Amino acid sequence: MNQLMFIQEAISIAASLMLLISFALLAQHRLLSVLHWFSAQGIVLAITTLLVALISDHDELYFSAAMTLLLKGALLPWLLWRIIMKMHIHREVEPMVNMPVTMMIALGLVLVSFHIALPIEAISDLATHNTLAIATATVFLGMLMMITRKKAVTQVIGFLSIENALFFTAIGATHGMPMIVEIGVAFDVLIAAIIFGLFFTQMRSTFDSLDIEEIEAKAKRR
Amino acid sequence: MHLLASTSCSLQLALAAMFSVLLAALLSPCLGKRSDLQRLAISLLIALSGALAIAAGISGLLGDTAAATLPIGLPWLPMHIHIDALAAFFMLTIGVLLMPVGIYSVGYMKSFTANGQSLAQLGIFLPLFALGMEGVVMADDAYAFMVFWELMSVSSYFLVTWEHAHEQNRRAGFLYLLMAHLAGLLILGSFAVLYAASGSFTFAGMRGGELSAGMATAAFLLAAFGFGMKAGVVPLHAWLPEAHPVAPSNASALMSGIMLKVAIFGFIRVTWDLVGSDAFIWWWGGLLLAAGSSSALGGVLMALQQHDLKRLLAYHSVENIGIILIGLGLAMIFAAAGHPLIAALGLIAALYHTINHALFKGLLFMGAGAVLHATGSRDMESMGGLIRHMPITAALFLVASISIAALPPFNGFVSEWLTFQTALLTPELDNTLLAALIPFSASMLALAGALAAACFVKVFGIVFQGNARSKAAEQAHEVDRWMQIGMAIPALFCLLLGVLPTLFIPLIDSVPQLLIHHSLAASVQAGHWLWLTPISAERAAYAAPLLITGLLLVGGLLYWRLHRRNNRILRGSVWSCGHPHLNPRMQYTATSFSQPLRRIFSGIYQPDKHLGNAYEDHPLIVRKIAYAVHVKDLAFDKLYRPIGTATHHLADRIAREHGRGMHAYLAYIFISIIALLIWIAR
Repeated sequence: MNQLMFIQEAISIAASLMLLISFALLAQHRLLSVLHWFSAQGIVLAITTLLVALISDHDELYFSAAMTLLLKGALLPWLLWRIIMKMHIHREVEPMVNMPVTMMIALGLVLVSFHIALPIEAISDLATHNTLAIATATVFLGMLMMITRKKAVTQVIGFLSIENALFFTAIGATHGMPMIVEIGVAFDVLIAAIIFGLFFTQMRSTFDSLDIEEIEAKAKRR
Repeated sequence: MHLLASTSCSLQLALAAMFSVLLAALLSPCLGKRSDLQRLAISLLIALSGALAIAAGISGLLGDTAAATLPIGLPWLPMHIHIDALAAFFMLTIGVLLMPVGIYSVGYMKSFTANGQSLAQLGIFLPLFALGMEGVVMADDAYAFMVFWELMSVSSYFLVTWEHAHEQNRRAGFLYLLMAHLAGLLILGSFAVLYAASGSFTFAGMRGGELSAGMATAAFLLAAFGFGMKAGVVPLHAWLPEAHPVAPSNASALMSGIMLKVAIFGFIRVTWDLVGSDAFIWWWGGLLLAAGSSSALGGVLMALQQHDLKRLLAYHSVENIGIILIGLGLAMIFAAAGHPLIAALGLIAALYHTINHALFKGLLFMGAGAVLHATGSRDMESMGGLIRHMPITAALFLVASISIAALPPFNGFVSEWLTFQTALLTPELDNTLLAALIPFSASMLALAGALAAACFVKVFGIVFQGNARSKAAEQAHEVDRWMQIGMAIPALFCLLLGVLPTLFIPLIDSVPQLLIHHSLAASVQAGHWLWLTPISAERAAYAAPLLITGLLLVGGLLYWRLHRRNNRILRGSVWSCGHPHLNPRMQYTATSFSQPLRRIFSGIYQPDKHLGNAYEDHPLIVRKIAYAVHVKDLAFDKLYRPIGTATHHLADRIAREHGRGMHAYLAYIFISIIALLIWIAR
């Protein structure tokens, strides 16, 4: 019993870490540190999965945790790192909206997500029910990142962090999806990352830039 | 086929009428090579259809009513058609103009084939247009009604854009199509309300539906605006003066003469028949009355300032639709107030004016077509003196002018007189607001009548009298026999309907019997067959035959006085004011004739004057004075343009949003997700 309480506390802490990392992702100025935080998010996600596996009797969650660690903590960040290195785009992150305003919007979104999740948390009896609001908030913050960043690479990281958050939501709300779905999604994400890499190369060679605004301007001129 | 087995003669005649125009539309492309045969076939089939429609209408009005289901349409929604008193009356209205226009077209379209123009467009869409109008009248369910209604609208669009090489005609066509579709949408909305109340598409089912007051009002308002837009009620009339002048004259005669009446028919069908006179609310009639009065006065005021002959006639259509609406509005007010007999009188007045307007406006447009045919111009300022070259056209045009000016002994007088008689029964009303509104509206009607008379003095005086203002007018020639016969028939009807209202009113009396279950037959001829007595002989009576006898006597006496033997008669040209030698440029013009009214009503016209003087070397010696005045339609600037601009702005805004980048799209998705989530979590 005591151990269960302990693990529940640990899950809550992991959830708060997730949220914190989402904020950190938003707040970074340098592309490489964004990547570091993204990797950290993957690791926290893996830990959370492991914790949930401990208190529930779904054995496949252990496998899930291991896969998350490998894929999202290591492989994806490494792929993105390679692209960044190859293309020499470790310059500053260029936000559309300045940082303080982004942070204020992010805070508002967290409040909204708590407001939304409240009625659902009330009817859930899972050990992880109090993570739902945070999970929703991380999804929102991922979206916000996609919207407010100019560079294609940061948008992709935003997209992947939404995926992380959705995974986190699934773990928190239902103790994980069926194994086959999870494997499928994991491979989808992997392939998506590879395709993104190809796209970046193509975009760079066609438009001379990875800045979405510049690309749009050039596409219009044609 | 139970259709052919049906015993009703009127229904078979009506179907034959529809079939004959359908045949014309199908036959026309097959005869493309032999344009003379094509022209003859189309025109005569249209005339045949008109004759059959007259026969169907009369037998329907005499009580031969029937319904049938056509074996066409959707599998679960066959087309129902029927002929009842209302449909029969409008079949008659369509027929009395369709037949002469068909005959007229034989001659009129000759000029097109002579110029080498192809009749392909006219040959298909003119019969289809007639088919659409006949179908709308015959429809017995909302589906058939809308199909034929759209057939009518779309085919008339192709008639408007007949000379589509001119940009102005394409613009007129677009405006027409736009407003026709808007009208169609509103009418569809009205049927949707009725369907929601009854759960049935057939008119029989809709009549049985239980309508709450709110739904009845919604159906009424949608129908009023939808049909009003098509009928050209002020301020929804803007398409009318644009579209009617540019269509070929036989088509504009049909559009102005019948199509507007079909819109009136649709309005009567939906409000009086489907919604039912029991559901009327007192202010409905007031709304109609206001719309009718403003159309009557606004139409004639705008007409006065036109110098394009067909455009002038188009504005007169607005006026006459207004007069019809005044009659309908009065009938509605009295029906809602529980005076069905007076309501029947108002309805009869409106219907009488409907058929009258079809006749004389059709005739006027045909006359304008004849003048256009002879001089090649629609501009009145370039005409003059045509009475010497085209005496028959002039005489027939004069008949129509007297009719539209509501002077006895022609038909226009009878229907306007009946409308006034209805308005004079206002003291029977308890509602003081309406009782105060009606005299106001009646005085506007009287003013409109007087102004219409002034306007047709101008038209006849400028176009047919005086001296020719252009080479073309000097060399004008009389039109051929086909066109003369086509114009003579409605002129004859104008006289007959003016002289014999006591025979005609009992015939159309079955319409109020159908709609409000009250008959006027008992009171109309209470005294003698000569005397038309709408309510009672003590109140008012009119005997056209006696009046004609009197007019002939007075006329004969005057002629005798003038032409007595040894009486020297000095002849001068009209507009010369007794001066012997005036050149054509010194005559009165259409613009100068209407100048006093332009000054009186300058608040409404807001005329735009241009004075361009050319001087000799010395600034006091004027070489040339050019004076031009333009009168704009106020509704266009104050209502249409703002709506148009607002729509453009909105579309531009949306287009700009479409052009935004990927971030904006992401933000839209994001914001809508959040909004939806918040909405769910409420």
